Parts: sequence; structure tokens; C-alpha cells
Amino acid sequence: MNILNSDFLKKLKNKNKLMDNSRRSFIKISALGASGVALSATAFGSIGQNPLLENNLLAKSAKNLNRTATYCEVCFWKCAAWAYTDEDNNIQKIIGNDTDPHCFGRLCPRGTGGVGMFTDTDRLKTPLIRVKNEGKDDTFREASWEEALTLVASKMQGIKDRYGAESMALLKHGSPGSHLEHLFKAYGSDTIAEPAYAQCRGPREAGFGLTYGSWVGSPEPTDIRDTKCLVLIGAHIGENMHNTQVQEMSDAIDNGATIITVDPRFSTAASKSKHWLAIKPSTDIALLLSWMHVLIYEDIYNKAYVEQYGHGFDKLKKHVKNFTPEWAYGITTIKPEDIRKTARAMAAAAPSAIVHPGRHVSWYGDDTQRERAIAILNGLLGSWGNRGGFYFKEKIKVPQFPHPPYPYPQWGWQQIGEKYPFAEMGITSEVIKASIPDADQKHPIKGWFVAGTNLTSAVPQREMIEKAIDALEFIVVMDTMPMDITGYADVILPECTYLERYDGIRSATNREPSIALRMPAVKPKYDSKPAWWMSKQIGEKLGLGDYFKYDDFKEVIAWQLEKMGTSLEEMEKVGVKTFKRKSGPMFLEKGQPYEFPTNSGKIEFYSDELASKGFDPMPVYTSHQHPDKGFYRLNYGRSPMHTFSRTINNPNLSDLMDENKLWVNPKVARIEGLRNNQEVWLENQDGVISSFSIKVRVTERIRWDSVYMYHGFGHNNKKLSRAFGKGINDTQLITKVTVDPIMGGTGMRGNFVKFITENPNKETLV
Amino acid sequence: MRYAMVIDTLKCVGCSDCVVACQTENNVPQGYCRDWVTESVNGVYPSIVLELKSERCNHCSNAPCVRCCPTGASHTVAGGIVMVTADECIGCGACIESCPYDARFQHPEGHVDKCTFCHHRTAKGQLPACVSVCPTKCMYFGDLDDPTSQVSKLLKSRTHKVLAPEAGTKPHVYYLT
Repeated sequence: MNILNSDFLKKLKNKNKLMDNSRRSFIKISALGASGVALSATAFGSIGQNPLLENNLLAKSAKNLNRTATYCEVCFWKCAAWAYTDEDNNIQKIIGNDTDPHCFGRLCPRGTGGVGMFTDTDRLKTPLIRVKNEGKDDTFREASWEEALTLVASKMQGIKDRYGAESMALLKHGSPGSHLEHLFKAYGSDTIAEPAYAQCRGPREAGFGLTYGSWVGSPEPTDIRDTKCLVLIGAHIGENMHNTQVQEMSDAIDNGATIITVDPRFSTAASKSKHWLAIKPSTDIALLLSWMHVLIYEDIYNKAYVEQYGHGFDKLKKHVKNFTPEWAYGITTIKPEDIRKTARAMAAAAPSAIVHPGRHVSWYGDDTQRERAIAILNGLLGSWGNRGGFYFKEKIKVPQFPHPPYPYPQWGWQQIGEKYPFAEMGITSEVIKASIPDADQKHPIKGWFVAGTNLTSAVPQREMIEKAIDALEFIVVMDTMPMDITGYADVILPECTYLERYDGIRSATNREPSIALRMPAVKPKYDSKPAWWMSKQIGEKLGLGDYFKYDDFKEVIAWQLEKMGTSLEEMEKVGVKTFKRKSGPMFLEKGQPYEFPTNSGKIEFYSDELASKGFDPMPVYTSHQHPDKGFYRLNYGRSPMHTFSRTINNPNLSDLMDENKLWVNPKVARIEGLRNNQEVWLENQDGVISSFSIKVRVTERIRWDSVYMYHGFGHNNKKLSRAFGKGINDTQLITKVTVDPIMGGTGMRGNFVKFITENPNKETLV
Repeated sequence: MRYAMVIDTLKCVGCSDCVVACQTENNVPQGYCRDWVTESVNGVYPSIVLELKSERCNHCSNAPCVRCCPTGASHTVAGGIVMVTADECIGCGACIESCPYDARFQHPEGHVDKCTFCHHRTAKGQLPACVSVCPTKCMYFGDLDDPTSQVSKLLKSRTHKVLAPEAGTKPHVYYLT
């Protein structure tokens, strides 16, 4: 069987479509006969000989291009790059900075297509204020910056006066968030959260933190390029384009590393793997425990490492005694010999082996425990602190520009999330819950400032979000695009894109610490403004001018760079600067004494901390719900050309993929009577029906108990001309979440859908 | 000199970065592309083989597009690169029909357009945009006449294939398998 079926093929189809047109005109011309041909030849000749056309083409390639240092904001990887502009101030292309350890001169498709963020004509162009219309739907009207920011400041002041500044929450993502965080802390609110924690990577930070005393962090300190064995648990490197991870996986393939992928879907990474374990969804912990069993009971774990650095190994050994591959087979459907074979492959490579922590890991509500199991497995292999495993990362501190001390809030994200003892960042879903009025509410939230995050695609349980929004006194949304969340705002603030503004210095953990500069390549288009400017204006209107003692954020950067031993002038030339390590070597010497920053000073196979709070001190497998007859588990993931929902309307990237498809196993398609490209709607276990339809992609690449779609599609805002109504928003169908009791993560993979083949929304549409 | 491109299908993840980089480098109008990615899936769950590859003009030694061009707009330049001179092209589309790789399209400005192996870059000693951007470093470009070039070495040491060999076009984009 050969199925040639791909979203990427759209390009080819497009091209064929265009060629069909040219074929038709070609036939038409020849049908005219000899004179017709002569005429048409003249007609074409006039184009062909048009000196302007040829000069235009030549001029385009001959134009002198200027380059400006920036770092990408299309995703959180923040690769340093050069934006090339022509004499007319158009951005022609964006190319990675060769010296940047985040990209080594090679941006991913989103970074290369970042220019589309700037050119998108659907961008927010001017501040907008909601107008209430008697008896009719609300509308937005254009407003001046002065009016819009005065309104925002007066609403924030009102909330502060009536309830305290703590009742105003900041929900954010990316670079604009840090400017607003400064404003919020100055204003007196620490009620700050981002979906990147509880809806994404929070569980792994908690799990690794409890085991090694250190977060995984971003970029992940995985030494993939030198590894001999890379194990991916649902992680889909290559579809997530976390740049250096992708580059290094490619290096690992060149070096002949063994890749083991655990995934119910035949991911791109699975296709590069020596072993693909097509696991039954939600049973990963059983597999991880049985791998521990094999390593320990076949006596192939890294004994010297475990003895020197491990805490509670004997308890772990006893704990996994019965978790044999045969036991795991019944749960995971992975054959015992495959479990043994893969465990031995890891042991043979150890300590140059990585069981990857993954990134979006809020799946089933026991995610911290699954991440603990991954961390423990790495401990048994001795990979933490060894070449080909995890390196000791280092970053350089950016000095803080002087400002008065922040006031001390009475409560904040910590108190809102206090039910979850190991939460180390704000839990967005708890902030949303605290925005719904309740009689015995201790921490009432009355206003939201939303910046750079499209909450309705990032956070599940739409009903809860809308309930909160209904109750709030004020919502202001800052974004570059009219994302769905802007539709709920009282005030919309149009932010300029990363190509049009200064932002904070990028300083990230890496093998060697590095910094990168972002400066404007062009002036802001339309009436858009940078986040730092808006924060300063609002701050001044709130009487917080002392916190913003600069006219241009450039001054802050220049001051910081001087303190770091470089200068704005130098950084404008180089874009990226790498510093020497100061914290010591990246890896442990054999037998080197080392104290881990945990309570015991060792790697905690057994966690006294978890036990003291009433949680399992070592991971256990618990069974999760499986789909009922006629339902399929809704799985979702990343497409390499998009970042969440924010890039779907980008003209360059929507050109590559403008809708998601529903991956359906051929057996399921036969049973359900579905064919390729058929449009279906989905209904989930709670009766929620998708707003839009999605095309079926019949493929062997997905298990029969699941369906799969790329995340971020199905936009609801008509102002997104390329993205509106195309495909399904997976988050809309995630109405049931299982909350991780350890850190508050929202497990999202326990939702089940069935197919609807007739348009269920027909009546409302007519 | 004989330019060739070698693409390692074992590393390609099908991200389409080559497509965007080509579009921004060569001012390819939106909705059109000079290179594209294909995906083929073989087998039955869970014994599946997936092949992803970036495709484009094969810069054939025996190029039907050059042979059939009535005006000489399609021609071969040094290094075996097949080019189209826009102001000699009458947009008749014969080359589009003749290409077994569907590599050509009609530009909205009338002439036929396709991959040039980034001739304007390679002339300056730079790599084609697609090769230089690829995050998996799965694409290689160089001179097949030079036995010490990376492309020559790769073709010597690795199994490989070309697309539609039966067309007899002698293509110069090679896929490592």
C-alpha cells in the first residue's frame, strides 16, 4: 500500500491548479489557428520584451539590503537572527545568526516566515474600545492611544481602589509579558500566570525539580548531539521545531545514535527511530516502571553513579520488583521482548543516553509522577551531568535597571494556587477560576490584562473561561493580531511585531551563556506600539513614573549591556555574544563529588518531600479512562510550520498549511464509513460540538483508538481572513481536564470524540 | 563543473523551511513555490515506513524543458543549471508540460518560473537558500565533477536514488535512502 497523502502536498496541488490554468490558456491560444498563434505570440512578446519587467526582476535581486539584529518571537526558542531590509524599508528576509547557540544560522520555517507577522494586513492597526449597543451586539470603535491607555489606567486604578491591586491579573506569554510584569509589580499585583506552565511544561519542571533539585528549563539542557541513545516519550522533535533540538537530533542520526520513540502515533521522530513503541495512550508510566525493573533486575543500571549520587535506591528497587515487562505488556500493549530490548539499548549507551523530558506534558493529571519516572530512569542510566545526557546549563544574569522597590502584595499567584504545594509559577486555570465570583472566595479577581496569549486556544474548558469573562469588570488585551481572545476585550491594544521594536536582552541557559539583542528593523506599521511603551504610559498614568525613568527602552538595554561588559554599539554589529562559563565544567568527572540542590543533596529516587505532602514518594501507574464504543481519544500536537494558534493567519505560513486535518486509522475509516478529505464535525464526551468542520486524513500513522490533529487551528474571529473557520480548534473539544494534584497542571488528553458527518451547525448558519 | 543537490531522507523532517526560505530569497509570489515537500507512507500499523523529501527542479543533463522551448528562454548554463530567461519566455507552457517533476509554473507576470539552484547566490560562493536554512542539515550542494566535494563523497558512500529515472532526463537532485 502506498498512501501519498500529506498536508504539505497542498503546495504541489496549488501549483498543479495554477498549471491547469496555464494549460487551458495554452490550448485556447493554439485553437485560434496560425494567426491566433501569431497574435498571442505578439501579446506574450510584449510582456517578454517589457524592459521594465526584466529591470524590476534584476532590481529586486540587486537591491542593497541592510541587516538589523533581532531575535525571533514566533516561538519561545527566541533564535537570534538578522532582519534584511531594502531601501524602501520592506523586510525582505530573515536569516539566522551564525553565532547563535539557539539556531547556528538556521531558522525554522516559522522564523524564516516571521516576516509574515510584519506584512499581515489583518494586523491590529489602532487601539479599539468596546461599545455597548442597546439591544444589539457590542462593537468596537477606533480610539486614540491617549484615550485607550487612560481608560486602561483608570480601570486598573478603580480595581486597585475597590479591591486591591492583587485583584487585577496578568495573563501573558513571550517578550511583551516581561514589560507588563514590571508594570504589574510596580502597581502592586503579583497575580501573574502564563499557560506555558500549568497547560504545558509545568509537570516536567516539578518532576525534575523534585528529583534533581533543578528545573529542565528552556532550552532543554539535553546533549542530544553527542548522545548514543535518545528516548522520546510522546515528544515529537521535528514536528515541534524547537530549533537546536531538531538540529541536534539530526546530528545524532548522523552519529548513528539509537532513537526510541514511544507514541501512539507514527510521528516524524518515530520514522527516524530504530524502535517505535506504539503504546496504548495514557499508559506511559507502566512502561517507564517496567524499564526501571529491567535495568535494576537485569543489573544493567549505572551502579557507580547510582551509589554515589542516588537517594532511596533500595526503596525504588523494592517498589519496581513486580513491574515486569509482562505486567506492563497487559497495560501498554508493548511486547515484553521489545521492552527488554529497548531497556538494554539504553543501558548499553549509558551514561550517553537521554530519556527526554518532553515539553507539552500536561496530559493525564499524573504528569508530575510520569516526569518523575522519566527523571528517575535518567538517574538509573547516569545521564544527568554526563556527555550525551544532560549538561549543566549556565546563563548570564542581566542586571536590573534601577527602579524603586516593588510594593509587597497581600496575595498573588502563590495563594491562588496554594492547593497545589509544588506549583512554582502561576496556574492560569486557577487564576481563571478565581475570576468567577464565589461566596467564600479568598482571592477575588476583577480584571485581566491579557498579553500575547490566545487564552481560548491555550487553556481548555471554554465554558469556564467565558463564565469568568462574563463576571470580570474589565479586560484589556494586547496582541499584534485580532486573535479570538481580543473579541472578549473591553480595550484592545495593538502591539507592533518583534521586527518593529526593542525588547529585553535575551539571556538563556545553554552550554555557554549567551545574550542576543532585538532592535527595530523598521518603524512600527499602522498605529501599533511596543509593549514597553504601553507599560510606561500606563505606569505614568497610574503615578508610577519612577519605575519608568527612560524615554526609550533602548536606554535600558544600553545601560544593561555596559554593565555586562559590552555595549549597544557592539551588539548592534554582532547580534549575539557568548560568554565563558563560570560555573565549572558541563559534565561531571568520573567519581567527582557533587551535591545536587535537593534536600538530600542527592538524586531523589525516593522523594521524602512528596511523601511529606501525602503524595506517592515513587511513581505508580494508575489506570485512566479509555474511550467508549464509537468514541476515539482526541490527541493533538504541533505542526512544524506553526506556533500554537498565533501563526495560522501568517501569510507565509498559512501558505504552507492553512487548515488542520483529522488523522484517522484506515480501519476506523472503514468502520465509520469515512473517506479521505471528507469533512466531519466532532462531538466530545460532554456533547460539545466543534464550531467548524475538519477534513479527514486516512492514514496508517495513527492508532485505531485515537484521532489526531494539529493544534492551533479553527479560529473563530472573522478578522483573521486566512485562518477563520479553517479546521477544528482542539482546545474547544477539551472540556474535561484532570488536574495534577502536585502542581496544578491541567491534563488534557482524556477527551473523546465521535464523528458527525452532517453539518450540525447548519440551522444557526442559515 | 556539474552542480548537484543531495538530500538525506533519513534526516528530513518535512518542515518546509526550504519552501519559505526559497520564497523570501527569490521573491516567489504567495501561493506559488519553486520547491515543495512530499510525504509517502508505506505499510500497515505498526510496521510503517515514512519518507519525507524536499523536491524541486532536477537540473537535468537531458532536460526536456530545454529541448522543447521554442524561444531558447529555457537553457543550460555553466555547472548544468537549467535557467529561464524571463524576457525571452513567451509563457507558452510547453516546458511545464514536458517536465516529469512538475517543477515549473507560470509566474503571475507571465513568464515561466522554477528553481535556479539559487544561481545568484552560488555565483558568489554561497549555498542555495534552501540548503543554508535547513534545520536538519539534510541538504547538500556542490560539484559532482570534484571527487573531493561533499556531494561526491556522499553519493559514493551512501545508497541513493533519483526521481523518475525512467524519464531518462538524467536528474541532478539525489536522495540518500
